[in-house]
Amino acid sequence: MKTKIIIFFIILNFSIVNAKIFKVDESRIFKNIRCLICQGQSVSDSNSEFAQTIKLVVRDQITKGKSEKDIYKFLIEKYGDWIVYNPPLNKTNFLLWMIPYLVFLGGGLLIFFIVRKNKQN
Amino acid sequence: MKYKIIQLLTLSIIIFIISIFFIGLNKSSIYDTKNLEGQVLKDIKLDHFSENRLILDKDFKKNNFTLINFWASWCGPCLLEHPFLLKLNAEKNLKIFGVNFKDKKNNALSFLDKNGNPYDELAKDEFGKYSVSFGIYGIPESILINKNLVILKKFIGPLSNNDYNYIVNVLKTNEN
Repeated sequence: MKTKIIIFFIILNFSIVNAKIFKVDESRIFKNIRCLICQGQSVSDSNSEFAQTIKLVVRDQITKGKSEKDIYKFLIEKYGDWIVYNPPLNKTNFLLWMIPYLVFLGGGLLIFFIVRKNKQN
Repeated sequence: MKYKIIQLLTLSIIIFIISIFFIGLNKSSIYDTKNLEGQVLKDIKLDHFSENRLILDKDFKKNNFTLINFWASWCGPCLLEHPFLLKLNAEKNLKIFGVNFKDKKNNALSFLDKNGNPYDELAKDEFGKYSVSFGIYGIPESILINKNLVILKKFIGPLSNNDYNYIVNVLKTNEN
């Protein structure tokens, strides 16, 4: 009996932990979706017709079991990259994503060579 | 040699920045969903306006061309495009499919009574959720599709005389 109770609580604990991991945070999604008819507002900040509709759609998709990524993919398919504040990497924004890393790498190399030169001197 | 490399590097950075500005400033900053043109509509789901049934992809495949028009009785600009829709209704090769957007049934019916009904079939989108699948972000908006459900043209805002002529032209060129 004791072992059964322990097993029960272990399973229950796993279920709770999993539920927390897989729960999609709707407010985070709303904050990352741009209200297309507003001036610099996210769907989360706006109460416009468009924002209200998108909130309903996002909630529906969450209920259907769609992940955060799936929801963004669906919206990008319909409204383009502009709908999300954090667009995924693609060929049009490739440079935008890569330049900071290249500058970082270039800066690192520059520092490395300067330090090495100074040491040699 | 060292100075030449620095000069070349500076020059290329300047050229890079200028070209970014040149491309960026020449690009239109007005947002629209015209990039959907050429895409195929899929998973269409709409509620029929008066009957208790869903309208699906197959309902649009029967017609050579369909103009899906999103409208509402409370939408002022919808009145502006209404005469063009009535004129388009006379075109044989085109079905006009109205989607009544976030509207009350009685208001929608009295709008059509008063201004004429250009629609061959009517659907409703009570909460505006279905319209997201069509990339709608405001009304009026219209989408011209062919029987393969390919989006030929997206009209954002009320249909104009130019849009009317464009649609008639498309129908004429595909008559045979």
